[in-house]
Amino acid sequence: MIDTSSYLILSAIIFAIGAAGVLVRRNVLVIFMCVEMMMNAVNLSLVALAHQFHQLDGQIFVFLVMAVAAAEVAVGLAIVMAVVRHKDTTNVDQINLLKG
Amino acid sequence: METLLFVVLGAVAVAAAGAVVLSKNAVHSALFLLLNFISLAVFYVVLNAQFLAVAQVIVYAGAIVVLFLFVIMLIGGEAGRLTAPGQSIVPISAAILSLIFLVALAYGIASGALAGVQGPASEDVLAQVGNVQALGQVLYTDYLLPVQLVAVLLLVAMVGAVVLAKRPKT
Repeated sequence: MIDTSSYLILSAIIFAIGAAGVLVRRNVLVIFMCVEMMMNAVNLSLVALAHQFHQLDGQIFVFLVMAVAAAEVAVGLAIVMAVVRHKDTTNVDQINLLKG
Repeated sequence: METLLFVVLGAVAVAAAGAVVLSKNAVHSALFLLLNFISLAVFYVVLNAQFLAVAQVIVYAGAIVVLFLFVIMLIGGEAGRLTAPGQSIVPISAAILSLIFLVALAYGIASGALAGVQGPASEDVLAQVGNVQALGQVLYTDYLLPVQLVAVLLLVAMVGAVVLAKRPKT
């Protein structure tokens, strides 16, 4: 029987790696993947806590997060496609149209 | 047995997460992301959330990663430098920042006590009615409004994605 804290620590490690990826990488697609990874890390901690407390609410939250993530990826990748068509780059340093 | 599974799968998940960040090629990043998602799906099975494990494989591995791969192949992976040239301080400071963040999280997890009210959905109850039925019971009674809102959100996102991805008329 694994302690719930171990799952929480594992989820914290994955979340921190994802956060580092968002800060380091310049490719907008990889940044997006890192955001997805962070969301999954939080999902893992929700499921672990649902298991710990014998509640199904955590699993419901994860289910709703999955649905929202699917919507987010669809819209986000469409935005990326539109931006790439406009600027012809996936480097976020060069996507600075809002800069005055 | 469970400890061995946890250690091995946890190592795979963390290594895949690191490889997503460190791969130069975006396609490799997407495939390592798939590995990360699938190892998390196995964790869900261990944690008695079988429905979520299946949903994880279908939604994340099946839909989201494939969508990523489609877009990478449409706009090109751009296998290039990991960071912008002349900014070698960025990875170091990012690593330090996320390490501090991780230490803070771990400290919070280690010092906080996991005390709380035990709910009704114990393993015996779940084994009797099954995870899917128990989840559906809660989903369509207590969480009926969120489910309908999510349905509307998915519809709006679908329409929005089509509108955004459409080639503008010239």
